[in-house]
Order: sequence, then C-alpha cells, then structure tokens
Amino acid sequence: MPVKFPQFRSRRDAFPESLWTRCPSCEEQLFNKQLEKAMNVCPSCGHHFRLSAPLRLGQLLDEGSFEEHDSGLVSVDPLGFVDQKAYPDRVAAAQLATGLNDAAVWGLGRVDATRIAIVVMDFGFMGGSMGAVVGEKVARAAEAALAERLPLVVVSASGGARMQEGTLALMQLAKTMAALERLRDAGVPFVSVMSDPTTGGVFASYAAMGDVNLAEPNALIGFAGARVGAGTIGQELPPGFQRSEFLYSHGFVDRVVARADLRRELSLLLRYLVPRPLDALARPLEASVG
Amino acid sequence: MVDRLLRRGDGARAEAAEAEPVVPAINPDGDPKDVMWARVQLARNLRRPRTLELLSVMADDVIELHGDRLFGDDEAIVAGFATIGGHRVAVVGQQKGQDTEENVRRSFGMPHPEGYRKAMRIMELAERCGLPVVTFVDVPGAHPGPESEERGIAEAIARSVGLMTRLRTPIVTVITGEGGSGGALAIAVGDVVLALENAVYSVISPEGCASILWRTSDEAPTAALAMRMSAQDQQALGVVDEVIPEPPQGAHADPEETAQRLKTAIVRELDRLSGIPLDALVEQRYRRYRSLGAFEEIAAPAPTPTVPPRPGLAERLRGLIEAGQRAIPAPLPVGRRQEPPAREDV
Repeated sequence: MPVKFPQFRSRRDAFPESLWTRCPSCEEQLFNKQLEKAMNVCPSCGHHFRLSAPLRLGQLLDEGSFEEHDSGLVSVDPLGFVDQKAYPDRVAAAQLATGLNDAAVWGLGRVDATRIAIVVMDFGFMGGSMGAVVGEKVARAAEAALAERLPLVVVSASGGARMQEGTLALMQLAKTMAALERLRDAGVPFVSVMSDPTTGGVFASYAAMGDVNLAEPNALIGFAGARVGAGTIGQELPPGFQRSEFLYSHGFVDRVVARADLRRELSLLLRYLVPRPLDALARPLEASVG
Repeated sequence: MVDRLLRRGDGARAEAAEAEPVVPAINPDGDPKDVMWARVQLARNLRRPRTLELLSVMADDVIELHGDRLFGDDEAIVAGFATIGGHRVAVVGQQKGQDTEENVRRSFGMPHPEGYRKAMRIMELAERCGLPVVTFVDVPGAHPGPESEERGIAEAIARSVGLMTRLRTPIVTVITGEGGSGGALAIAVGDVVLALENAVYSVISPEGCASILWRTSDEAPTAALAMRMSAQDQQALGVVDEVIPEPPQGAHADPEETAQRLKTAIVRELDRLSGIPLDALVEQRYRRYRSLGAFEEIAAPAPTPTVPPRPGLAERLRGLIEAGQRAIPAPLPVGRRQEPPAREDV
C-alpha cells in the first residue's frame, strides 16, 4: 500500500535518501523498509529494483545455507589502465561501496533443500562488469558443479565485459563457455537467471546459454547498446526492444518470472533438472570426465 | 570465385584507392597515441586483404559453402573448404566489402546471427570430417541492429565460442584486421592465435570505450592506447601467440606477400597441431583459455556478504516487530538508479 504525498512537499530534504527511494518507473516515493519487505519490487507499479548480491542470495537460498567460495579473488590491473580515474582506484571505490571484492559472488547453497552451486552478480560493483575475477568465479563454480554434479545457477546483472581489462576481459567469454560446455557434456544442469541489466559480453556468454533461461520482468537484456544500434544502423527501435518480454517473444527466454515467484519456480525447475539422489550416487564419477 | 576476385581486383580496388585518405605512416618514435591510432587506421584500411583475397593467394581448390540452414546466408562471413600448403582444411572468415555496393551486401563486415550459425555448421562439419579449421578474423563488431538482436546475436556468439572451446579438431586463428569484441571472438577461439602486424584486437571499439569512459568519442585514440589493442600488446598479454610481420607499407600495399607470409605460419602451425592427439589438443585449448586473465587471491577473507534471511512468514512477523531496531542496508543499489547503465556497446 503506497504512501502518497502531495507534490508540493517533495522538497529535497523531505525524503532523505536513507529512508525513501523514488521509483524510477512510476515516480512513487517508497519507504525503504516497505520496499525491502516487498523484495525491492515497487508495490505500486511492479518495477524490479536492482539487488545487491547478498540480498539476492538471501532471497533465493534457504536461510543460512550459503557457503561462499573464493571470496579472496581480487582484480589486478594488467593493462595499467587509466581513464579519468585509474582502474585500481575504481576497484577500491567499488569495494568500499559494496563491501564485495568484485562484481560476482559464488558458493554452494540450498534451494528448498536442493544443493546447488550459485553465482550472483552485483551491478553495484562497476556495473557488474566481467573481468578476470568474475570469469574465474563463474568457471570455478561450473567446475565445482561438475565435480559434485550439482546444478549450477547464475544470476546475472552486468553491463558486459570490463573495458579496463581489455581483451583479457573478452577472453572471459571463452573461459566461462569452456567450463559450461564441460558441464553440458556431463549432463549437469545450468539455469541462467537474467536480471536488470544483462548485456554485452555477459549476455553473449553464459547468461544466454542456460539449459533453462529465466528473466525478471522488464529487465534490459541485449547484446549491443541501444544507442550504438540506433546510431550505427539508423533504424527505429521496436517497442520494448531488449527487454525481457522481447527476448521471451523471440524465443531466447523460457519464462519471465516476477521476483516474488523466482525462488518457487527455481525450486520447481530443479526438481525436474536434478537427478534424484539415488541416481546421482549410482552414476560413476568417471562418466563426467571428458 | 577466383574470377570474381580478380574482377574486383581491377575496377573496385582502383576506385577505393582514389577515395581513400592517405595512409598514415607509422613513426615508431612518435607519440605512442599516434602510433596506436595509425595502426587502428591500417587495420581498418579499405584495401586491406580480406579472407577471400588471402585465400585466392594462399589456397588451392577453394569452395565456398552457404547458409546456416535456419534462416539465411550472411555474406559478412564466408565459409567453406580450401587446401593450404597440402592441408585440406575448413575455412571460416569475416569478409568486409571493398566498395559501397559490396559493403551493403556484406553488412559492412558485421555478421548477423546467421553468419555465426553458418560458421558453426561448417566447423561441426569439419570436426566430423577430421579437417582442421582455419579462421580469419576482421570485424568491427557483430551487427548491432534490432534484427540481429531478434534472431539472437548473443546466443549465436556464445554458442560459437562454446563450440570452439571443445571442437575436436585443430583450430588455427588469424586476426587479419580488426578484432572487434565478441563478434571477433565468436570465430577466434583457437589452439593458436596469430595476428598480422597491424591487426588490432579489443574488448570494445575505441570509439565506444571513449564515449563511455571519456564521455566523448573524440578520445578514441586515447582509449585505443589505454586498451593496448595492437597485435604486439596482445602478444605481450598472451591473447595472441605470434605476430606475423606485414610488408613495409602494410598489408594493403602488397596483399600477395602478406598472404604468403601468413601461409607459411599457418602451414607450420597445421603441421605442428596435426601431430597432437585430439584429447590432448582439446585439453590444451581448455587450459589456454582457462588461464587467461589476471587476478590475485588475497589471504584475508573478503567481507563475507551477510545473507539476510529469506522473508518467510515468521521472518516477516519478526521484521514487523523489530523493524525499528534493524538497520537499513545503506548501499541499496537504488540510489545509483539515476545514472545510465554502463553498457558495453559492441
């Protein structure tokens, strides 16, 4: 139930940012506590706010089941990249702002008691961009999923490859896809969840390649920036271009799932995708090699 | 096909030469930014030899195959079979046009999804027939338009990259001109990656990088330098294994000599790779890409993200009761919502 205020009261100090958030979609002023209770979905228009990695893990996994791996991976500066700010400074600022070491967190956890390997990206960390650390975490998660025959879930939120790491960031597409291909060969399921935004190199690697692809409503999902597309080609963009529903109608997303239903749907899917425990035990490990 | 190439060689090439700005000479002692930008211009040179031109010199019995069997044929990517120095190989390469008419036909060398799907079809065929694959990379980027997105350009690129990481046949990749981001990598995952001297390889176009990080595309030369996109830099980073020198004025000045030099390197690599058992080859390729990228592992554990409990019924009740005491997580990503999303425009 949204609290409505008359327009004349919207002075800057009337809604301190620590308490209130303006919905960018319907412009409603939302009380932060209320927003948090609603899983960061606007109660009046259904706008899905971006989630930090810890919040996302909290929403998807059984309470207390998450066990983080490789949290000590940090970016280095292979190119000595400086734009208006040096790359290491940008990383340090992002670490301070998010409390994370890089734009992805991976570990093992449970969804309704089903064990999974999970990677969650955080857009708040340099636009969720994929550098060597993100690529490494996705690859390690996939390799762990393969070794233990656990389903892999990746929740993407990213502007694409991290420009500051140059082609080494581009190579993370190959690194992650190489690991995922082995997972696929071994018959271990992979569910990709795309949240706002999932674009560029992340969409053009693991995010697009789930055995099942889920997307949150109205998330920006696309390969090339809309500006580039329109600028270079000079074409009108179709309505809803590069949104979840656009991807759905063109056959690249299995289901558009509201955040409130995500955990339940994921749990249901895993019941079909994961072999029953007895089967898993009966299957010799050697079968997964190669 | 050779006839067609020769025909184009006369008229169109002369036309292109007239319209072309003077090629900047590379002065290795100049401002490093200017040197880098001169290389980018060389890599984009209209008269730079493309896949078909190179093949017409270095290969015999070239036969081009068409279509992805799903949607259509994309002429921005050419694929087929060829014999290079006695090796029967499958070839996949990007093909820019040399005049406006051809460029329109070939989408200015920017492949659509069907181009990459054709490439995958030919590579899978090569795997079944036991033919090595040779790829030639020269692309500003994958086609960024709506129809490209509608048909799943990202899926096509991801699938192609994935296929190449596990393809059970040797793959030799040559960056001949522009290695433009995912559109390049989609056909550039190889056991060995060669690059011509004035080729460039980058995660995003220098113009795109500049417009995001410097807020103006005028800073493209600065961005090009910062991304270290020259073939030599890429070799230093381990992304490229070997740089093949071009003739003194650049590849466009002597396409024949360029093709001969490339042929020597490609044949040598094909000889070498054909001696490696397939299992070892695929494992090596996996290791090659698995190890690319630099990071550190710090001993001190990261600030472990506190996982807030899932708001079940009990939790919601507790939340209501304790609402006053609980701190609101300060850096909710909502505050950053105002700034435009950082996009990788490829």
